Amino acid sequence: MNRAAKILKKPFMMTLIAIFCGFVVAGLILVAAGYPPVHSMAVLLQGVFSGPKHISNVIIKSTPLIIAGIGVAFAFQTGLFNIGAEGQYIMGCIASTVTGILLDLPPVIEIPLIIAAGILAGALFGGIVGFLKAKFGIHEVLTSIMLNWIALYLQNYICDLKRFHKPETMGTYPINKSGYTMVLGSWKATTEGKERLLSSRFLTDTLLKTDVNVGIIAAVILAVVISFLLNRTTKGFELRAVGANRDAAEFSGINVSRNILHSMIISGGICGLAAALYITGNSPHGITTLAAFENTGFNALGVCLIASSSPVGCIFAGLLFGGLLYGGQSMQYVVHAPSEIINIVIGVIIFFVALVHIIPMILTRYAKGGRKHAE
Amino acid sequence: MLSKLTLFIGITLMYSTPLAFAALGGVVSERSGVTNIGIEGMMTIGAFVGACVGYFTGSAWGGFFAAAAAGGLIALLHAFASITCRADQTISGIAINLIGPGMALFFCRLLFDDATMTVPVTKKIPKLFGNAHFKGAMKNLNVDMTVVLVLLLAVFLWFFLYKTKWGLHVRAVGEHPAAADTMGINVYKIRYLCVIVSGICAGFGGASMTLAIIPQFTPTAISGQGFIALAAVIFGKWTPHGAYGACLLFGAAQALTVLLGGSALKVPSEILAMLPYVLTIVILILFVGRSSAPKASGQSYEKGQR
Repeated sequence: MNRAAKILKKPFMMTLIAIFCGFVVAGLILVAAGYPPVHSMAVLLQGVFSGPKHISNVIIKSTPLIIAGIGVAFAFQTGLFNIGAEGQYIMGCIASTVTGILLDLPPVIEIPLIIAAGILAGALFGGIVGFLKAKFGIHEVLTSIMLNWIALYLQNYICDLKRFHKPETMGTYPINKSGYTMVLGSWKATTEGKERLLSSRFLTDTLLKTDVNVGIIAAVILAVVISFLLNRTTKGFELRAVGANRDAAEFSGINVSRNILHSMIISGGICGLAAALYITGNSPHGITTLAAFENTGFNALGVCLIASSSPVGCIFAGLLFGGLLYGGQSMQYVVHAPSEIINIVIGVIIFFVALVHIIPMILTRYAKGGRKHAE
Repeated sequence: MLSKLTLFIGITLMYSTPLAFAALGGVVSERSGVTNIGIEGMMTIGAFVGACVGYFTGSAWGGFFAAAAAGGLIALLHAFASITCRADQTISGIAINLIGPGMALFFCRLLFDDATMTVPVTKKIPKLFGNAHFKGAMKNLNVDMTVVLVLLLAVFLWFFLYKTKWGLHVRAVGEHPAAADTMGINVYKIRYLCVIVSGICAGFGGASMTLAIIPQFTPTAISGQGFIALAAVIFGKWTPHGAYGACLLFGAAQALTVLLGGSALKVPSEILAMLPYVLTIVILILFVGRSSAPKASGQSYEKGQR
């Protein structure tokens, strides 16, 4: 009993329990709606794991979620709720698209410039939130929500501008090719490259059929760097101290206002990075007019929560999230079950992530109760 | 000129109504010490159930109250997680925001032949002066009944929270649950009721969108209104009159956008659309400033804790 309790108390196990519960509830809903639950889930898994092409697509789809998730997690660890990730992500998309269209330089300069533009735009929006909170005490949730909408309409404005609007589409021109960050992007398009890749089934599936890009590598590096920054440096300690107990931090001589500002700038910058890497690595390499939010930033909140705000955990949570979203499409295609079931699955997982934290409490109480009876 | 003015007032009231319903619910929940980030999800469920029941029964009021029941039901999930299980209220709220729209679209596809929209309802919620035909300025003031209902709700909640014993109990639970418990107030019961009321209000808000403003549910019917309602709660400093005022202000900015859009002014529509949000931030900086939530908001309570 004790050993089982110990294993169950591990955060990782609790997350697994939450994920399991998510699938069980989704299965029940599918049954209630008249779909075969086991078959549907099998199709979902097949959609993800049935070939290198699909796995590669899942990774591509997950990358922005992972990076933006790390951004949100960073703010969370410093006691701030960055619901503005959506707006910061949109700003990153706008800035990198605009930069990528206006500039046409060699890749070694072009790519860093586009990415810097994305990071700066995200950091600017994060910074506004941090500044208003530090200087005027305005709740970060409030300003973030307003800025999300401002970003959305700014994107639509840019899409409508003559300089950027691609005729007969809803969006902008793609950025210049020198800004692309796909693996072997330009070589793939040549006849020689195509022939070489076609000779291997695996390479055809992974490289040729999908937009494999460097984003995932950046995501992994970022997760490690942010973990290090938060847990092994003085700055990270200050940021976490402000998050854990603002008054205590202030009392021990930490500048709370400045740390709030820094935290929001970094968090926003990371969300902007997610956007820049998305624009440079994925077609259509531009932005389109939005009728509603695309939810990358809001989904990043979910990623961060499933990962319990651990930057490294965000990699796995992001892959889970991306995998479900991608697999959900094939479920709709094969079983005709509405793909929205995936949102329910993810929602239920997050709901149980919130709930499973009572497991240790229940177990402790149970253990105590047992002892009382023994005496 | 007069007709312009009444048009402005009419649009203001129309836009602010769904927001105000949801925001008033948010105030009740937050006042009892439970943060409700899930308003958006609850509103979406309300919007769908309202339009769906309204279509199948042919009764707008039937849909309206069914939406409230659905909102209350999903709020029960949030209440169970955050009160009984002492879960993180932010996490549970975000879960609701994913589950709500997911459920709404899932069942919409099931019931309406795989479409993400419901069929428009035949009967919308009646207007204040019924079908009476007005000419000129008065026409714009024949607002939906929901506009009146939400105003009454705001007044009632103000009275309830500040002038009655039960309101005092709610506020006590939100400020210092342990002290309230000592006084013999049932903290859990009050919090449960408040969160459910918050869901009911959010359901009303969603339904007043899909039964009064537009006649059907679409995937973008509720896109972000719940979050704006959440912002209005904070903007209004967690008071019913403040939150209602914030929603009116927001509606007024929307109305201004509509009127300016129709005028000869040469401003791109997207820039005009930003106006309400920019205005909100400016007003916050100039007039509102520091805001502090009810002390125990977001914290779970366990009997016997200090």
